[in-house]
Amino acid sequence: MNEIHVAASAPVGTVTGNRGLIVEEPLIFEQGTDTGSGVDLPEPFDVPDRLGDFRRTGPIGLPGLAEPQVVRHYTRLSQKNYSIDAGFYPLGSCTMKYNPRLNEKIARTPGLGDLHPFQPVSTAQGALAVIHTLAGWLMELTGMAGVAMSPAAGAHGELCGVMAIRAAQEAKGNPRKVILVPESAHGTNPATAALCGYSVVAIPATAEGRVDIAALKAKLNDDVAGIMLTNPNTCGLFERDVREIAELVHGAGAFFYMDGANFNAIIGRVKVADLGVDAMHINLHKTFSTPHGGGGPGAGPTVFSEALAKFAPLPFVKKSGETFELVETRAQAGADAQPFGRMKGFHGQFGVMLRALSYAMALGKDGLKQASGDAVLNANYILARLKDTLSAPFEGPCMHEALFDDGFLKDTGVTTLDMAKALIDEGYHPMTMYFPLVVHGALLIEPTETESKQTLDLFIETMQALAAKAKSGDSEFFHAAPRLTPRRRLDETLAARKPVLRWSQKAD
Amino acid sequence: MRYLPLSADDRRDMLAAIGAGSVEDLFVDVPQEVRDAAVFDLPDHQGELAIERAFTRFAMQNLSPGCAPSFLGAGAYRHHIPAAVDALIQRGEFLTSYTPYQPEISQGTLQALFEFQTQVCLLTGMEVANASMYDAATGCAEAALMAARVTRRKAVLISGGVHPHYAEVIETQLGFTDIACDRLDPDPVGIEDLIGRVDQHHACVVVQTPNFFGRFADYTALAAECRAVGALLVIAVSEPVSLGALKPPGEMGADIVVVDGSSLGMPLSFGGPGVGLFATREKYVRNMPGRLVGETVDVDGHRGWVLTLSTREQHIRREKATSNICTNSGLCALAFSIHVAMLGETGYTGLAEVNHKTAVQLAKRVATVPGVKVHAAAFFNEFAVMLPKPAAEVVEALAKKGILGGVPVSRFYPSYPEMENLLLLAATETNSAEDIEALVAALTEVLR
Repeated sequence: MNEIHVAASAPVGTVTGNRGLIVEEPLIFEQGTDTGSGVDLPEPFDVPDRLGDFRRTGPIGLPGLAEPQVVRHYTRLSQKNYSIDAGFYPLGSCTMKYNPRLNEKIARTPGLGDLHPFQPVSTAQGALAVIHTLAGWLMELTGMAGVAMSPAAGAHGELCGVMAIRAAQEAKGNPRKVILVPESAHGTNPATAALCGYSVVAIPATAEGRVDIAALKAKLNDDVAGIMLTNPNTCGLFERDVREIAELVHGAGAFFYMDGANFNAIIGRVKVADLGVDAMHINLHKTFSTPHGGGGPGAGPTVFSEALAKFAPLPFVKKSGETFELVETRAQAGADAQPFGRMKGFHGQFGVMLRALSYAMALGKDGLKQASGDAVLNANYILARLKDTLSAPFEGPCMHEALFDDGFLKDTGVTTLDMAKALIDEGYHPMTMYFPLVVHGALLIEPTETESKQTLDLFIETMQALAAKAKSGDSEFFHAAPRLTPRRRLDETLAARKPVLRWSQKAD
Repeated sequence: MRYLPLSADDRRDMLAAIGAGSVEDLFVDVPQEVRDAAVFDLPDHQGELAIERAFTRFAMQNLSPGCAPSFLGAGAYRHHIPAAVDALIQRGEFLTSYTPYQPEISQGTLQALFEFQTQVCLLTGMEVANASMYDAATGCAEAALMAARVTRRKAVLISGGVHPHYAEVIETQLGFTDIACDRLDPDPVGIEDLIGRVDQHHACVVVQTPNFFGRFADYTALAAECRAVGALLVIAVSEPVSLGALKPPGEMGADIVVVDGSSLGMPLSFGGPGVGLFATREKYVRNMPGRLVGETVDVDGHRGWVLTLSTREQHIRREKATSNICTNSGLCALAFSIHVAMLGETGYTGLAEVNHKTAVQLAKRVATVPGVKVHAAAFFNEFAVMLPKPAAEVVEALAKKGILGGVPVSRFYPSYPEMENLLLLAATETNSAEDIEALVAALTEVLR
């Protein structure tokens, strides 16, 4: 087993506070001059202004920096970030897979990346063809009857799905009152249901980490509009009884929303239509490899069954003959469509769609199947090799992520959080912690298919060494971690108690 | 497959370690019939070259605003993006990181977002701003919901000058709640009486400046009336460059300001992804949607940044959260922020002046075309013109001449015959004198 090495040289003090490549960087407002700028503008036309009485009278208060100063500022900031490009990022349920550079190049193709949303559709046929083509891939991969392309992220796609469910229930005469959500769900599920005017009733999990069918039956009644079920679920397990769940839900006159956050585990292997799904969002920024960008942008196209497809929101693309139409208003929608409204300005996350289509074409149906297979293989390898060191609450095989609880840390004085911070010093981004809520002190590890066996082996050995260290009684080692980062543990209580949410000129 | 590092030997060794016979065995929990039925009518994998060619073919079916005189606006404005912006946002440390949940190894993103929040406050004249929304339309819907939470009222008044997409997204979202939505008719001439309509039932009034038709109003008096009846004033801005020339919404008394940031920092990309800026007063901060970055110190006493006040958010509060938003527009917020940093004070106000004066020149020249009537006395970089025939037809005819000659209002309001001939024309620093003359000549011909 690997030992924990003590660095030969102790940290040294420096004049600047910098430590080699880790450079202290002031806020941009603490730099620059009043007149500096990194942009040279064209001369304005020599005409009188027509701003009337609405002219700005005071300065904005922005600092002025030349281009090299701006580039250095943001380069230094970037060096304080962990990223998937730089290392293993096993953040469970977030799917931090490699983001192919081709996708970035494609998104910047002249004639695609620079299109205006309101140029005449006759001059944007290629853009509509891109949306239509990606929509075709998503429908074929899921076996579903329709797709709304405009949702901007996973939670926005959930909202789209539940809005369609409510619209369909209203069309049947009664919107109903309740959405069922398993206890293990992402927080976005109950928050989304609430945004659609539904109250949330939780479904407990069995000892096996899956939906308790008896409890589901007991809660199904005429008030239930639908269920939101993540599958594979947030414990990394496939819901074996999913088709029975769908039948029960449909039998009660309700709809089945499947949260597609974990679609990457089954893509190319399962058509979710065959599971009885009525709606599912697909996180293009997870399953289809578009970058997370430090918190977005994403995209959450939502596929629909026959029963819900006609309620899909505006806008959508329609092909008639060789021409693509962009349906932007109810007046254009036609008699068969009953769009529940509009969710987003313009036409959705076109730039994200470009990247996702590039990825889908790169892998193809064979590569997508291989990708989900490797993702599941990698997760099971971690589960198999760590289950005797850490504690696994549920039997495998798992799908794309391996869940552990903090049982192995019992009486060590070391918490899940401490383990995570020690991993940071080892050069890893920690796994997802304390989620799902159904196990104590959860550690949710999602390796994805883009990691090599060599990377996984070193990570496994690191986890084994850290677990041994924790069990040896050296809790202080963990409480002091991380030691080697640009900043050490930050005082989150202070940040919340006395919020400082912007820079201000200090009073002299 | 070039994105998958496992070799056949790796897979064999790993399956042995797991004790499984094949990868297929790992999917044992998925019903066999479902797996057997999964046949896909899709192509197999392709190399980079083939994919580049396919997208070049898609691009060739479009007319790029990059190579045609373009006067398109209606909520999306094409500006020149300094080369450094795209180079910086493509650094893998920004591009390929997640939401900054682990602050010790996310100080880059966190500090940049703290700077972004500060820039948004300065530009809008507000006290606090969040770390971004998807766009202005969804930001307006969030603002309406937030106003309802703050005031505990169940009605919202929307001006007819608000971008129709913003208004439709508010209407759609509120349609799923018990909050009523009072949306006024489109107001191309700027005569609607909001002061006379707002009352003690309203959670908020939503207005826009410059409005969808390019007009201004001073909302100071409306803000006073809102205060008097206990409603909040939400001001939307679809062109952030206008904030360099115009009185900021905070100065007029706005309670919530929503700005579409997509015209700075990032290409228009057919309308998305963009970024919504969202700012309010400090006293409402705990009712805000979205993520917030706050300043703090680490155990060594060094200044640093963390995500904060997250007890408002879905991952903590679940169905009681202020919003369901999780992934937002982080990288677009960064691009916006870098562009603003590149401009600085003189660059930002200078850019606003160039935009405005270009639009003034455009208005002056277009007014000389027989049959065209310019519809506004004061405007920023966009205005409406009345044509002697349907604007949609004129725009199609101009497109055939290689000119992207504005946005017909009928695209948004097909059922208002009185606006069929109304055209929105926008100008930015990307328009040259030659562009303007090309439009004037083509328009003269088309209208002849």
